[in-house]
Amino acid sequence: MRLHAPSRRALLLASGTLFAWAHLPKFARAEGRDPRFLTIILRGALDGLATVAPVGDPDWLALRGENALTLDGKLAALKLDEFFALNPAMPNLHRMFEAKEAIIVHAIATPYRERSHFDGQDLLESGLPKPGASESGWLNRALSGLTPAGRVDPRGSKVFAVGPVTPLVVRGPAPVLSWSPQRVLPASEDTVRRLLALYRDCDAKLAGVLEDNSKLTASEQFGTGQKPPAPGPGQVRAYFSEAAGTAAKFLAQPDGPRVGALALDGWDTHFNEGIAQGRLSQLLGALDEALAAIKNSMGPAWRETVVSLATEFGRTARINGTDGTDHGTATVALLVGGALKGGRVIADWPGLKPANLYQDRDLKPTIDLRAMLKGVLRDHLRADEKTLAETVFPGSEAVKPMAGLMA
Amino acid sequence: MSAKSGLSSGKAAAALGLHRFGFGPVGNAIATIATDPRGALLADLEGPGSGQIDAPNLMSSAEVAREVSDFRAERRAEQKLATRQQKQATANGEAPAQMTKLSGDESGAPTQKPPLPQQIILSEAKARFDAAANAEIGLVERLVWFWSNHFCVSADKDAAMAGAYEREAIRPHVLGRFTDLLQAAESHPAMLVYLDNVLSMGADSIAGINQDKGLNENLARETLELHTLGVRSGYSQADVTNFAKVLTGWTWLRPEEPVHGGEFVFVRRFHEPGDQVVLGKHYPDSGFDQGRAVLADLARHPATAQHIGEKLARHFVADDPPPALAAKLAKTFLDTDGDLKEVVRTLVTAEESWTAPRQKLKPPAEWIAGVIRLTGTAPDIPIGRIMNAQVALGAPLWRPPAPNGYSDMEAAWTDGIPRRIDIATEFAGRASRAEPLELLDSGLGPLASTQTRETVARAESRSQALALLVMAPEFLRR
Repeated sequence: MRLHAPSRRALLLASGTLFAWAHLPKFARAEGRDPRFLTIILRGALDGLATVAPVGDPDWLALRGENALTLDGKLAALKLDEFFALNPAMPNLHRMFEAKEAIIVHAIATPYRERSHFDGQDLLESGLPKPGASESGWLNRALSGLTPAGRVDPRGSKVFAVGPVTPLVVRGPAPVLSWSPQRVLPASEDTVRRLLALYRDCDAKLAGVLEDNSKLTASEQFGTGQKPPAPGPGQVRAYFSEAAGTAAKFLAQPDGPRVGALALDGWDTHFNEGIAQGRLSQLLGALDEALAAIKNSMGPAWRETVVSLATEFGRTARINGTDGTDHGTATVALLVGGALKGGRVIADWPGLKPANLYQDRDLKPTIDLRAMLKGVLRDHLRADEKTLAETVFPGSEAVKPMAGLMA
Repeated sequence: MSAKSGLSSGKAAAALGLHRFGFGPVGNAIATIATDPRGALLADLEGPGSGQIDAPNLMSSAEVAREVSDFRAERRAEQKLATRQQKQATANGEAPAQMTKLSGDESGAPTQKPPLPQQIILSEAKARFDAAANAEIGLVERLVWFWSNHFCVSADKDAAMAGAYEREAIRPHVLGRFTDLLQAAESHPAMLVYLDNVLSMGADSIAGINQDKGLNENLARETLELHTLGVRSGYSQADVTNFAKVLTGWTWLRPEEPVHGGEFVFVRRFHEPGDQVVLGKHYPDSGFDQGRAVLADLARHPATAQHIGEKLARHFVADDPPPALAAKLAKTFLDTDGDLKEVVRTLVTAEESWTAPRQKLKPPAEWIAGVIRLTGTAPDIPIGRIMNAQVALGAPLWRPPAPNGYSDMEAAWTDGIPRRIDIATEFAGRASRAEPLELLDSGLGPLASTQTRETVARAESRSQALALLVMAPEFLRR
């Protein structure tokens, strides 16, 4: 794969991709290493308890009942340690964990304590302590802050973003290079379901059109005028893998960018969540393959790589009335990469008894997501601690960087 | 608002007016025009240069015809040369040489320009779409789209002239007199090519006799049936045939001709000599002017007034338009001798235009324009993707399947609703940092139902919220 530099207009016309070319910023490079960092934003609020289950918690089964992943269930969860087990849809992550290339941090949350996706995503990406308009994200400000440290990579670098729109997390003063998958993912089943509910309330005719279409697609009789089925697990998997794998290919190049970001949406599972089999299971499977694609595309650079995965907030600890979960608070964050001291679940476990839940409904946050991210930025990219506390995550002096994440 | 005048003012009326008569609200438009929505629409008709596109880079239709003709001739020559070289090589016992690559490339890398006709269409489409995206209200652009569809041609047949045709024949007259619009459209080379008049000749004309050729009725029939009187309005086959004779000689200079190739020309050698009777009226043989005289009479025919009145009401207000509204429009049309600005004034001020329920499904391109305006994504979405979206929704730009243009009836477009969800998702995904609930207020204001508001507010991400917003019934319909 090559990065060309044709005119932006030509690219837009020809392929629908977006390249924002810019002069290369200087990039601090520590101790002769050549670290790579990719952050993946999971929009929609990932159910941390369904991803990494506290199978050793005595209240776990009572809390989630038949939706609780267990070590000996029909689809047995993958054992991580004596207390936690991984969703069976993620064998690649499990292998990385066993190879000490993955760290899971549980009961973690941003400082946001409300339950709006938009505000929660803003805060996750802006790195600010409160929701509100921000023109820059923590990752971009972290890069901007690296230059004064003086340890400069003469080959230069740039921030890299994947997706049709640069995610907020990488927007800001440091120039951004972006790339968009050729593949256009059709609307998700979730979007169609939400519209169908709206049409059933307000427009019977439109509801009928959607119902007929899904009937046709269900029986695979769709003809020329019909929309093909909503993206099946295969399409989502292909999209996630293409996006993540391409990001990794760019980061792996000797003269490519060193830091990148992408966003993968679809985690808002209010309804028929499908933890072991179904929607969430398929999404986690897609994410798992994307992680494998990253490792594969990184090649030898994998040992200098850290990938962080975080979501805006978690979901309710209990299952709701429609076999899903509603907006919650604490969840999991993941780190994968060959540069980590992995094979650990880091948690200050709050427990699952009603009294231990946040507002008697959500997993209680005991670790600040900024601590994890600051730990990676400081020890992997050698970001300055003061800059991290003041500029990258303003007002986070009290949140100490998590130590000992790196090998 | 008073009970009597119905929705004559207020934000709901403003929002209705902007969707029904424009390309949809943006920014503060709803609040801005709330005190007098009708006045704002009427003012839109008075803007300087209304309906015109200022695009000095775009070629005239005749230039397009000549350039495309040259381009195709060069392509043919290249291919012929390649074949000749290959034959030569084979004759010499050499391994067959690789064909010279003419277009496309192996990697899919975006390095080569699309072929010339495609480039022309893309530039024209961009200019047209930008005019809709940037218009304050867009009533005049909506009229351009309406009349361009009424007098449609097809880019499949007219060598990339469709865009220039619209700028030359349609735009200058959408607020002028119908007779001028009609004359400009029927005499434009794009129309003459599209409806096969360029080779039509009288059987008794000089050329007809010499070449043993004769009439092609297509243009005459469609002018009567689609452009003026309307189907089953009382004309006979004899009227069609005689009108076709009248129109013989209306053609173009072949595009291969240097300097003036591609321009309209009246060729007397093609023209059927003699007087003709059309709709009971006797037209002496005055050459080119014979056709102009018939068109002038068709333009002021009561059946034409009725046909246009009903079609405008159907396009803007309802699939099954209020008969009183269609009648008002027809009356203004007749009373003013086809002054289209006056007809639009009647449309915009008539009570029925504001009280008819918002049930009209926006046709694909109009909906796409509304989406792009509301989400502010015009700079981010390449025109090629917009055109692809129109194809996916069954309404490719300037490529209607038949001379009656794209349908104004909901039934033609409901099939595409599931596809619109994909396009909404794709386009919403390109809107950076748009605040969905603010856009909901900008785009729908008081028209938004509680359910729509909640659906948008509860979306899992901003981009999903935007997709849901532009797929809400209140946004799809007007």
